[in-house]
Amino acid sequence: MSVSLTSAAGSSAGTAIDPKPIQENGQREVFCGLTSIVWLHRRMPDAFFLVVGSRTCAHLIQSAAGVMIFAEPRFGTAILGERDLAGLADANEELDRVVQELLARRPEIRTLFLVGSCPSEVIKLDLAKAAERLNRQHRGHVQVVSYSGSGIETAFTQGEDNALTALVPLLPSSAEKQLLLVGTLADGVEDRFLTLFERLGIDPVSSLPPRRSTELPSVGPATQVLLCQPFLGTTARALKARGAQLLSSPYPLGVEGSCRWFERAAEAFGIDPAHTRSVLDPLAERGRAAVAPHRRVLEGKKLFLLPDSQMELALGRFLQRECGMELVEIGTPYLDRQLQAEELALLPAGTQLSEGQHLEKQLERVRAAKPDLVVCGMGLANPLEAEGIATKWSIELVFSPIHGCDQAGDLAELFARPLRRRQALNFASSQPGNL
Amino acid sequence: MELTLWTYEGPPHVGAMRIAASMEGVHYVLHAPQGDTYADLLFTMIERRNKRPPVTYTSFQARDLGGDTADLVKRSITDAVERFQPQALLVGESCTAELIQDQPGTLAQGMGFKLPIVNLELPAYSKKENWGAAETFYQLCRTLLKGQIPAPGSAKPSPQRWRAEGRRPRLNLLGPSLLGFRCRDDVLEVKRLLEELNIDSHVVAPLGASPADLQRIPEADANLCLYPELAESTCAWLERQFGMATVRTVPIGIGAIQEFRQELCDLLGLEPPPAPPERLRMPWYSQSVDSTYLTGKRVFIFADGTHAIAAARIASQELGFEVVGLGSYSREQARAVRAAAQQLGLEALITDNYLEVEQAMAAAAPELVLGTQMERHSAKRLGIPCAVISAPLHVQDVPARHAPQMGWEGANAIFDSWVHPLMMGLEEHLLDMFRHDFEFVEGHMSHKGAGSTSNISGNIPSNTASNTIASTAVNKSPAAAPNSEGCRWTTSGEAELARIPFFVRGKVKRNTEAFAQEKGLSEITDEILYEAKAHFSR
Repeated sequence: MSVSLTSAAGSSAGTAIDPKPIQENGQREVFCGLTSIVWLHRRMPDAFFLVVGSRTCAHLIQSAAGVMIFAEPRFGTAILGERDLAGLADANEELDRVVQELLARRPEIRTLFLVGSCPSEVIKLDLAKAAERLNRQHRGHVQVVSYSGSGIETAFTQGEDNALTALVPLLPSSAEKQLLLVGTLADGVEDRFLTLFERLGIDPVSSLPPRRSTELPSVGPATQVLLCQPFLGTTARALKARGAQLLSSPYPLGVEGSCRWFERAAEAFGIDPAHTRSVLDPLAERGRAAVAPHRRVLEGKKLFLLPDSQMELALGRFLQRECGMELVEIGTPYLDRQLQAEELALLPAGTQLSEGQHLEKQLERVRAAKPDLVVCGMGLANPLEAEGIATKWSIELVFSPIHGCDQAGDLAELFARPLRRRQALNFASSQPGNL
Repeated sequence: MELTLWTYEGPPHVGAMRIAASMEGVHYVLHAPQGDTYADLLFTMIERRNKRPPVTYTSFQARDLGGDTADLVKRSITDAVERFQPQALLVGESCTAELIQDQPGTLAQGMGFKLPIVNLELPAYSKKENWGAAETFYQLCRTLLKGQIPAPGSAKPSPQRWRAEGRRPRLNLLGPSLLGFRCRDDVLEVKRLLEELNIDSHVVAPLGASPADLQRIPEADANLCLYPELAESTCAWLERQFGMATVRTVPIGIGAIQEFRQELCDLLGLEPPPAPPERLRMPWYSQSVDSTYLTGKRVFIFADGTHAIAAARIASQELGFEVVGLGSYSREQARAVRAAAQQLGLEALITDNYLEVEQAMAAAAPELVLGTQMERHSAKRLGIPCAVISAPLHVQDVPARHAPQMGWEGANAIFDSWVHPLMMGLEEHLLDMFRHDFEFVEGHMSHKGAGSTSNISGNIPSNTASNTIASTAVNKSPAAAPNSEGCRWTTSGEAELARIPFFVRGKVKRNTEAFAQEKGLSEITDEILYEAKAHFSR
């Protein structure tokens, strides 16, 4: 049952039948790209994310973030009022005023992200121009960048993709051979990865987004880009346009994905494969041991993933290959075939994919398939549980440290927990007939 | 344009969702982009609902904008009517759809459906959630009761006609809804209050009502406006069009309950109400010696209008607290809140900027905060005990147990939930007192997390806004010396300050510093502290 690190590529890559996805349009139960701010602002503590939008945008981020931990969070919404809608000139003036006030109040901010929303896009408020203008006004103190997190253009994690894309033109050029990790990782996971790259002999390694918004990594023709997340297609293409090479690999979820990911980087840096194995093999073995008790819970269970973060393919691959789950359907808000090529190749032939969403039709398929576990957003979890279907909230997957071999056991545990809990609960009387 | 970090209320269409989700047989088609479905989680997570709110979103995208979004609206309406077969349909738009002006409500009305359709026009750029809920409830009642409006000039029905009709009097309970504070439990308590007076509860709406129930509203003798934020416009309309009387006293707190009962008896022509039942324990609990320590406790109140006004009265009259701040984010209720504040010699704080509220809270140096989830967080940062008394809610404000605010049991529940945070405060004091005893185990857990027992300067931060990155989250306290006023605490002064119970320490510190500054002193010794104490106790 152990997963070979290399055989998968030989046996199925490129030979798997390309699953024909169901493509649907209808109600989408997916967050918009603004939600990415919830983890992006934690990654860069010297940045502020200013959504230019409506009360709905403010309410969305507040509701998605769950608890109001911070007195003054490093994100906020410039809520458009009726006067702003009446004239764009006024809206621009108002925006300048709000930014002025914000920066005066928060002098520690070094990078200000102006984040476009549905209403700002519909009224065609040009935030790129606004960023240029504000950059001139605040030169030397703060850099102003703009991107769109609007629901009419982005789903959930695509917000991070757009935010990082907006940073790419600001990256300094460098001809140095280097590894660039792209995508937000939990700080602890990133530290661990840096240790492992050092052990492998890969140096230098930098990250986008960086921990300080002013310490942007460089990029150039000798930069090897390794994506930490599968939803960064636009960023990847922008980096390629700056000359960088994109390393294609499964994503570092689970033991197999993580090992393949490190191996891919090692190959690109000409590291002796024997050395690579000597570094990764003990990790893989430990990771598999950590997954094993959860595999016993998950094995043979039917899994249905509803579209959410674009991590669904990688998660499905991990749960099927390493935890023995049976895939009913993998939904994804958007299928980037180029970025998902290696993941697609690892899925069993004939796996049902779906792209986009018609919520009601998809829920009909869920009910018909009677899966043992559904991965879905918070709006759907309790209603499905009430129908007798176990669920795992997908939002946890973007907030928890789940990447890497060392996290594989924790990742499996997230899915095994709802099933264990169902086993643990018992409300029946021990004396029949008493109730 | 207005910079907002956290908001008390959502947009008005979320208010409309509250009405739809509270009711049975109502469906809401919402023209809105992808992402707006986030609002479902308010119901499925915070309210722990076991079903999705009855809302169909059009989920339009940028690529639809070039084409025919109106067609998308029509398809969504047709699908929703077919799939959910509602008895009444609400059609409206969220903020973005308002800008593209497809007028989904008008479209729906032209589609030839037989069912009642309400065209909701909720201006997203000027109004908020509670207004949206009130407007939706009003429009829905108007649509469903259109055919029953008596001819102009018809005689008003007498609230005492029940006698002639040989039945018990009956009242509608208007206003309870999902995401309102403890509405589920309040309904039960109000029904019990009515039952004690031999009054029938007729229609409860919107919570649990169907469109057919709304059509039975005029059968009642009068309406109870239980939550004016939500029901006032409907009650006023029923008064105007149907001549139905409205009872506006909200039965939260014992004084208010008695007035509420008297108002009912007068209106309906009933015998004076019987004495409160024995299960009302609150007055005795408040009178018992144990409660002496509640006397004059400084309380800061900020909530929606209904709960802020009720809390101010209970705090000042029924618990013997001193209300040191009163305010509300409900602009629609501002006048009533201002009047309540004036009675207490205060100026009401009407704002939806929580930072302003936090500042007012810190300045008032209260010993207890009664607020929303927003104030709970502010109070936590300031190290002040807090009880939540109003929406906006967190999942913990929808408890499994019966926990009303209204009625006799509501008064009991309020006593417990307001006094317990203070008892914890008292325990903190004991921890402070005994931490030098040898029996004291290091690491004895404080209710407020590590560090607070050995916190010399008190938990009230200085008024200089501490804007350090992220660390604002942590319950931080400024160093005892030197302070922002420019005077320095000497070792003896600090030692004396540390002996003051933590929950008044902040106030003592501030007063002493103000005193020292006034006297032009640069150092605060133990003696100065006692001089200041004497000065302020005069």
